[in-house]
Amino acid sequence: MSQLVFDPSKVMPIDYTHRTEYLDGVEAFRLARRVLKELAYTPSLPDKGYNNRSLYVNVDTLEITEKPVTQQMKDVFIGGRGFGLYHLWNAVKPTTRWNDPENEIIISPGPVCGMTQYAGTGKSLVVSLSPQTDIPIDSNVGGFFGPLLKFSGFDALELQGKADRDVILFIDGVKGIIRVEEAPEGPVDSHVLGEVLTHLYAENEADLPNISVVSSGAAAAHSLIGMLNFSFYDRRRGCVRFKQAGRGGIGTVFRDKRIRALVVRGPRIAGDLNHPADPETIAKTGIKFHKEIREQDPHQCMMRRNGTAHIVEIMNAYDLLPVHNFQFGSHPETHKIDSSYWQQRCTQATVDGCWYGCSMACAKGADGLVLKTGPYQGHMVTVDGPEYENAAGLGSNCGVFNPDALLELNFYCDTYGICTITYGTLTAFVMECYQRGILNLERTGGLDLTWGNFEADLEMMHQMARGEGFGKIAGLGVKKMKEHFIRNAWGDPQLINDIGMENKGLEYSQYMSKESLAQQGGYALTNKGPQHDEAWLIFMDMVNKQLPTFEAKAEALYYFPLFRTWFGLNGFCKLPWNDVVPADNSSQPEPQKVPEHVQNYVDLFSATTGIQITKDELIMQSARVYNFQRVFNIRMGKGLRLHDAAPYRSLGPVTREEYESRAERYDKQLLDELGIDPAGKSTEEKMALHRTWRTDRFSKLMDSVYTRRGWTLDGVPTLARLQELGLDAFPEVVAVVKQHL
Amino acid sequence: MKQLVIDFNKCNAGRDCAHECELECAIRVFKVDDPAQAALQIKAYEDGGGHAVLCDQCGDCVVVCPSEALKRNKLGVVMIDKKLCVGCYMCIGFCEKEAFMRNSDWITPHKCTSCGICVKVCPHGALSIVEVPEPAARII
Repeated sequence: MSQLVFDPSKVMPIDYTHRTEYLDGVEAFRLARRVLKELAYTPSLPDKGYNNRSLYVNVDTLEITEKPVTQQMKDVFIGGRGFGLYHLWNAVKPTTRWNDPENEIIISPGPVCGMTQYAGTGKSLVVSLSPQTDIPIDSNVGGFFGPLLKFSGFDALELQGKADRDVILFIDGVKGIIRVEEAPEGPVDSHVLGEVLTHLYAENEADLPNISVVSSGAAAAHSLIGMLNFSFYDRRRGCVRFKQAGRGGIGTVFRDKRIRALVVRGPRIAGDLNHPADPETIAKTGIKFHKEIREQDPHQCMMRRNGTAHIVEIMNAYDLLPVHNFQFGSHPETHKIDSSYWQQRCTQATVDGCWYGCSMACAKGADGLVLKTGPYQGHMVTVDGPEYENAAGLGSNCGVFNPDALLELNFYCDTYGICTITYGTLTAFVMECYQRGILNLERTGGLDLTWGNFEADLEMMHQMARGEGFGKIAGLGVKKMKEHFIRNAWGDPQLINDIGMENKGLEYSQYMSKESLAQQGGYALTNKGPQHDEAWLIFMDMVNKQLPTFEAKAEALYYFPLFRTWFGLNGFCKLPWNDVVPADNSSQPEPQKVPEHVQNYVDLFSATTGIQITKDELIMQSARVYNFQRVFNIRMGKGLRLHDAAPYRSLGPVTREEYESRAERYDKQLLDELGIDPAGKSTEEKMALHRTWRTDRFSKLMDSVYTRRGWTLDGVPTLARLQELGLDAFPEVVAVVKQHL
Repeated sequence: MKQLVIDFNKCNAGRDCAHECELECAIRVFKVDDPAQAALQIKAYEDGGGHAVLCDQCGDCVVVCPSEALKRNKLGVVMIDKKLCVGCYMCIGFCEKEAFMRNSDWITPHKCTSCGICVKVCPHGALSIVEVPEPAARII
């Protein structure tokens, strides 16, 4: 396919400074707050990336304490997701579930987070026990909260307990105040609450960028798929925008704890607040990368123009775009929601980026959307994105090819505090159930959930926010819906299980893995559930053809989950790693690893912390946390081979239509891979042959990957692997594993 | 807008002068006795002639600056507000003329502000400040 050319004359003339404001509510909110607990503390800035302390807050008992960050924590867990998992392990028991008071939400930025010289360095990691999976979930999120928390003096924030009324936690990293306040009646939905609180806690207009708010929304409280919004103030638009910690329902835990919002007020940002060991290396590496973006991005992914939405047309062209609940891989109307449209619809004449210094700037925004439904009908809003996941999940996967409807779905997911990926996949499942008669008008309470009916789709979401009707059932997620439909004998259990795209209780994100063995493993053999951030191999496998053999795919499922874990230990975003590559990358050894960029990351970590690492040590840092998380899953009653099982829709064609949509490819595979002549065989016979072959092939992949990871064939890390990683220093970890060896 | 320009019909790329322009800029603007820190750099080609690295006030850096630290003043010159600068160096990486600079001792980057100090000391009269139309902001 040809490279899209950006034409600035086609960008829609939308005033990006204009939208509905909610500032009328600020004063009323200010007056109605009540202080429940206030504590003075000494703010600090990091030294070589660490403050060496974390903050613990119990929203029930109002205990607020500082905890030391020990050398062992830094050596073994690094930060970010590592710190989150460490604190969570210490907080919960094997019997703890998401809504028990001892469950925690931990936010940790990582040692590199807050650097301003390299793209994608503002991320923090959120960890909690998931209401969907009952195991730890981790979510990598942008916005300013992580960096501002760190520059207020803390390497992590632990939230425990359940309040009996809505509370706001305010951390003033300038004045040195930590305050728990009772939140008055008022806004819950993020686009209103975020704006009100940003203006409420900023001391003046110049202070607005130093405020970040974490909030959720109305639907998080009535579903299991709640998400957290992390805000940042967009100076040019003059508005509060959000990035999302979406997966696994952490927003639901947040609202179950009766936390309305977290607010941090940090110091004015400068380029040296991390006090890195070697600022010169950081400056040079950052400038080199900025130049690479300037020179290469316009000819590669055009992230600065399209964000991640550039993948829509690529996936469609390769027959890999999820259409109608992952049945099909392309659709004739895709051009309505691909990047040729979004680069005209998104505002271009401004700076996008969810932290300072992100020259990749993929956080696109669509301004001037006037909502047609719901409680904010008639309001003009700015919608973040749409990112690829939203365009594919809320769009093609549900047959929605109306871009304004897609934006409205995206907007309400965000402000209601639910994950767009999860909502897209569960709605696609619901719509296929409707198509196949598993659901009908009576069972959905009158929602006509035919493909592409965005009005019914939006109404289902509004029901979710109100805690009513079929929307409330949908908000349980695919796994619990499957159980509900089967229990009510609404359809063939095997069909329902085959088409319900979840693993471990988490919905699949928006890549169609059935034609990519590497991506099948990339989804199902994950720690937290099928989310592409752990192993986004479909592009490598199917578009760039960089993993041609079974062995190469299995090796990729060793290396890339570990490599990608590392971003979340440090506060990095993954996208600048391979959404642009150096001009000579294809001539380098192992170009799929983008070796120059891996060296950049080695240099940035070393230059920040003063600890000199190599590419191999980078992988070892990840392997410690990754294997710890696997053992954590086992401790919580999952994490074994049976929990890595994949729904058949993710492995192969479930239905006749699916097979016939790719009959040529599937027939050829029968001949080439199985040595069976498809001639004269019925579609059903050929589907059965494929099912046996594909299921067996996936099982063999599991064997190979587990062995390469140093796990037993049941998926349990061996004692030798734990010793190799130094995790045998933790007797509790060893004890969990021993029960399964 | 005010723009510093150089006439290479008059400038011999430092072959017959002491780089007075760079030195004056370094000393008077940046208070350092090191011409390498000046906001304009005259480079001689080995086979004759030369070129100058200097800011033409095109404004690309204003577009990419995430903290609004870069703005045009009333003369159209792009100025940096050090209080707003977050030290990200996107201005350096995105400057096609490589006219945005940094040195290891300062966290904020710097560039030519068409102040004209260098113009007065050029022994050949090769430098001048001219008034040119302000270009429209580009999408970058």
